[in-house]
Amino acid sequence: MHLSEGVLSPPILAAGAALAAACTAAGLRRLDGERLMSAAMLSAAFFVGSLIHVPIGPGNVHLILNGLLGMILGWAAFPCMLTALMLQAVLFQYGGITVLGVNTVTMAFPAVMAWYLFRPLLGKGPAARALGAFLGGALAVAGAGLITALCLAGTDEGFLRSAQLLLLAHIPVMIVEGLISMLTVSFLARVRPELLAPR
Amino acid sequence: MFDEVFADGHTLIHRVDPRFRLAALILGAACLAVLQRAECAAAGLMGSAALLALSRPPLGPLFRRVLAVNGFIAFVWITVPATMPGEPVISCGLLSFSRQGVELAVLVTLKSNAILCLCLALAATMPSPTLGSALHSLRCPSKLVFLFLFTCRYIHVIAHEQRRLSTAARLRGFAPRTSLHSYRTLSRILGMVLARSHDHAIRIHEAMILRGFDGSFQSVAAFHAARADGLFLAVTSAALISLALLDRFPEVFGV
Repeated sequence: MHLSEGVLSPPILAAGAALAAACTAAGLRRLDGERLMSAAMLSAAFFVGSLIHVPIGPGNVHLILNGLLGMILGWAAFPCMLTALMLQAVLFQYGGITVLGVNTVTMAFPAVMAWYLFRPLLGKGPAARALGAFLGGALAVAGAGLITALCLAGTDEGFLRSAQLLLLAHIPVMIVEGLISMLTVSFLARVRPELLAPR
Repeated sequence: MFDEVFADGHTLIHRVDPRFRLAALILGAACLAVLQRAECAAAGLMGSAALLALSRPPLGPLFRRVLAVNGFIAFVWITVPATMPGEPVISCGLLSFSRQGVELAVLVTLKSNAILCLCLALAATMPSPTLGSALHSLRCPSKLVFLFLFTCRYIHVIAHEQRRLSTAARLRGFAPRTSLHSYRTLSRILGMVLARSHDHAIRIHEAMILRGFDGSFQSVAAFHAARADGLFLAVTSAALISLALLDRFPEVFGV
């Protein structure tokens, strides 16, 4: 869930923007030539993919896919997430300009964590790959929920309960994301193994 | 699917140089984000709504956007007044709504919608490629601008790909449900979209190298700033900066 404009306190917005700028610069340094083009296409694909609605019980959730993005792109997840959020702000006015930094960190920081923790597992056998992809997808959503909740709680004590509710609401999304990440990775390992090759 | 319905107009706002519009937006949004008093946030909302009215947005899409963006605000209204500790204003049964909670929710609603109006007036009024070039001329890193421009350009292509795959699945009788089979099918659609986008990337990169692309864009449409553009930026930023100062240091203004 993205935070809207005008909710967070100025110090948190500023810290988010500074952290996002530093990490985006780090991500851009790792992108050159063909990898830059590949990152642009994949961020378009992830943007489209995140509009897919997945049914769960009586309702449905839309995918976040930050874990999968991180496991495929690594540090490039930062500039790609920033690009996707900018596009979302321009096309749908979701999120927005002052929370761009915070939202980028919220989504991309757990993505980079997933890259370090679970990407090594994706090159191993099918069981390790399935486990790594499930945990990467699920925990990246949990991480995003946790950072959002912390930002809310740090802004005003009045948001404390809302932050807890927000975290609870992430649990079904986590399970769905984990399953979808697992199934997508096993599909990609068969059709485009080079996307998951160690580098 | 991703139509930029606010971008094609011919109003005063649309004629302002995109670089100046973007600068006014960044400065103005920052000023609105620091507001702490509901009166000032209300003034900010009126100001940016007036600016939005100047850009004459189509009302149907405008209504839908504002409604969608206020989803989070609705969540704030549902949770904050009932859970924030403070002196109760209304209490019915177990529920009691605190004054502090209502005040916080009001402030957040006003600020959020003020910044939304400013974004709609100043950023949504330009097509995204123009936004990319404007970012470039405001010294945004060129690799980031590259990412933004190419993502914008190919998002339609890839969305088309995704719709084609979904249509094919539906034609074969697929209706998504909560089951492993459904999840596997949706994952394959997603996986295929990712795989195709990777293939697109390789082809486009090779085609561009062939045509001598060296990583920098040669822009055909250069920006031309007139004196009116500078005046627009000066007036909007002066108004919003003084609003932020009035909010933070009311004693200086004798309020």
